[in-house]
Order: sequence, then structure tokens, then C-alpha cells
Amino acid sequence: MSERGADWTRGEQAITYQSCIACGHVQYFHRAFCAACGTADPREARASGKGRVYATSLVCRAATPETRAHVPYNILLVDCAEGFRMMAHGDDGLAIGDAVTTSFKAFAGKLVPFFTKEA
Amino acid sequence: MSFITGVGLTSYGKHEGSTSLDLMSRAAQAALDDAGLKRADIDGILCGYSTVSPHIMLATVFAEHFGIRPSYAHAVQVGGATGLAMTMLAHHLVVSSVARNVLVVAGENRLTGQSRDASIQALAQVGHPDYEVPLGPTIPAYYGLFATRYMHEYGVTEEDLAEFAVLMRAHACTHPGAQFHDPITVADVMASKPVAMPLKLLDCCPVSDGGAAFVISRERTGEAGVRIRGCAQAHTHQHVTAAPGLSELGAEISIARAKEATGLAISDVRYAAIYDSFTITLAMLLEDLGLAGRGEAAARVRSGHFSRDGAMPLNTHGGLLSYGHCGVGGAMAHLVEAHLQMTGRAAHRQVRDASIALLHGDGGVLSSHVSMFLERVR
Repeated sequence: MSERGADWTRGEQAITYQSCIACGHVQYFHRAFCAACGTADPREARASGKGRVYATSLVCRAATPETRAHVPYNILLVDCAEGFRMMAHGDDGLAIGDAVTTSFKAFAGKLVPFFTKEA
Repeated sequence: MSFITGVGLTSYGKHEGSTSLDLMSRAAQAALDDAGLKRADIDGILCGYSTVSPHIMLATVFAEHFGIRPSYAHAVQVGGATGLAMTMLAHHLVVSSVARNVLVVAGENRLTGQSRDASIQALAQVGHPDYEVPLGPTIPAYYGLFATRYMHEYGVTEEDLAEFAVLMRAHACTHPGAQFHDPITVADVMASKPVAMPLKLLDCCPVSDGGAAFVISRERTGEAGVRIRGCAQAHTHQHVTAAPGLSELGAEISIARAKEATGLAISDVRYAAIYDSFTITLAMLLEDLGLAGRGEAAARVRSGHFSRDGAMPLNTHGGLLSYGHCGVGGAMAHLVEAHLQMTGRAAHRQVRDASIALLHGDGGVLSSHVSMFLERVR
């Protein structure tokens, strides 16, 4: 089985995804198999960090002291260029359909992907 | 065939000093009394879960506490869809002769048993532990994401969403057991505190204490018969990140299966009991189920279509938004109200005709769906 590479969920400034060597299915949540066809060891790659905003929600009421320190913060669903959807943070003014690119920001003790409008 | 022979419901809101087992017991006793059955008549128990008092075997904890030794018992967990999923299972259990009388019960002291932050935090854990939860989302944020996308695709506005909160509050004002009895306006909803935009406080259901129960039986126990005509489920994802597009969500799939199972059409439905954790949930489900055209549900609220005297009375007890939401019991109140309406016992809330009811529950983030048709039989 292939080694899992580090990404933002493990403190690295990277977004990774997997694509199936048999059927080509692209998945964001890391697994030891392709969720579409079951083939083992999907190929892991680093994403470009570019995509388009699918949805936004500005969180104004948080539930923990750590997250409350950051309100309001904008949660996004981003359709990434490589064909997967991910949740991330982003600039407050982003609108659905905006072309965006990622950087990383500290949030509640972790590093999280933060999207801004592509220049 | 299966019949809902009894229903029980507590008021929702604050039940200071009551445990989850207390609230479950109170609702269960009311349901047994309503069915005219004794503890010894119950041979199956299905129960939900309690976030305040989690237990790996809640059904037998309850059975021992309440005083029943059933031949079939376990808990069921599909979030907000649990109540209808248990009812569907009870239907199949009695139809296949596994049990004669199944008690379906849930209750939780979610408001007074823990802090509101603890409730919000516990529920947010339905998100993905690695890819979502570290971003600090809340349940309103998960639904807020659906809301902005739905508004974008179908031209729905925040004022449109507010109409659903106003309608549910108007209905709650006519039910003594509801958590909220002060009428609200669209302007009140718009001016309420932002929670996870576009959802504001009054777009969100409250946290409540309460309990609900029903008995599902192979034979009728009284004159008024409410039969489970048929039901179906659909589960498309768990996490909002993995949800399909708006046109492929589970409500459309489960209602198609339920229509196929029963031979019924939406035009046969006279009363609607639809999950309403947020205003956007209700708007989307009404349109997914075919109770309104795309982007048209709010206009139907404004025209009185979903009011008690309208063509399709909806959640006449006030729904999760204003009767209250105590977890699994929350959406079970929708079925209790449907049963009262179908048996002509809804007092001054009584609608003209509730001969066929459509119920729909949603769990997670539009993840799990159950659609069910009930029919009054004489």
C-alpha cells in the first residue's frame, strides 16, 4: 500500500487528492482504495490549490473558545481544478463562481487552507 | 399491514430536572394509553439516542427502566431521520410478524441537561474529523453552505427563507406544547442575530427538552385507524463535502421510491409533515418532494397554501423551528401531529382533510432521508 503523504490535515502546507489507476475516479478524502470501483492504492498527488467557489457560509456563532476567537470566518466549498470538492476557509467577500487560489492560515491551533480571489 | 395505534408527546422547551429516561418514559406512557395497550402487550422496542446521556444499549436501558421485556429491541441512529427510520423498521417488523406491537420512543433533556455550546459542538461532529471539523463548522454552517448554493441556483432570497420561520411560529402559537408562542415577522427573522450566514437565529430550530413515542401494531386497537401505507429511504453521503449536486439529493430519490411502493402521487397528499431543522431545509425538501416547484415554496407560504386552512397544511404543531427540537424526538412530533390530524383530534388546529399524509425526515446534512405515506382507514 502506498504511503500517505502529508497534507494540511497533518500540518503540511499542501492539499492532496487521489485518483484511481483503474477507473480514473478522483477523491479528496484519503482512502486505501478507490471508493468508486474498489481498486487498491489510488495515486496520490498534490493539488494546484486553484478552483472555483461552490458555496459559502460566514460563521458568526462558534461553539468553542478556540474557534470563537476567529468569528466571523467564512467557510467555503471549493471545486478544485483537479476535479474534487473540498471545505476550506476564505476571504469574507467571496462569491459563488469566483476563481480562487489557496494559501494557508492558522486557525484554532491548526493550519487550514485559506482561499482568496485569483488575481 | 401496520397501524400507528397510539402516539405520545410531551411539551417541548425546558423540563428542568427531567432526564432523558424520564422524558422517554412520559412519552411512552402517553403512547401506550393512547393505544389502549399495557406494557405486557409491547413485544418490540426501538429507541433513538441521547447526546446528553449516551449509552451503547439505550433500548434495553429504557426497557428495564420502563418495565418491559421485549422479544426485539435496539437503538437506531440516523440523525434527524431516526424517528421515521424507526417507524419504517417497526412497520416491517410487524408486517413480517417479528413483533405485534412495537414501541418507538425517543426523548432528551438536551436544553437543560448540557450547555448550548455543548449541544452545538456535539452535533458539529457529524462533520468529517480530518477534513471538516478542524475548520470550525457548525450544523448551521453545513446548512448555510447548502443555502447559499440553493439561493444561487434557484433565485431564492433570505426573505423567502424567513417566510418558513414565520409560518412555523404562527402554527406553534396555536399549540400549547410548543416552545415558542410569540408571533414573529419576516423583519424579525431578518433582524435576528447572524449564526452562519445566510442563516440567522430565527432561521434555526432551537435546542429543547422533550420526548415523543408511538406504537406500531399489526392490528388496530381503536376505531380510528392510521395505516402506514408505505415508505422508503435514500442515503447519498454523510459529509457536506461529499454531497451530490442539488438535483441529485436523497429526498428526490426516497420520495420516488415511496411513490413507487405505494402507488400514491403527490396530488393524493392532504397533509404534509416535513423536516425543518432550518428554514433552508424546509424550503429545499418541499421542492425536492414536489410539494412546490423549484424556487416557488416561499410564494406558496405567502399565499397560505401551507397554512392550516390552505390546500396543503404543513407541520401544524409548529415544526422543529417553533414546536422545538429535542434530537430524535424532534421530528417524531411531526408524526404525532399528523396522527392527531388524521384521527380528528387536533382540536382548534384541526384541518379539513388529512386522509393521506406525507412525512419526510432528513438526517445529517441532507445525508439520510426517509419518506413515508400514512393513510386513514375507517
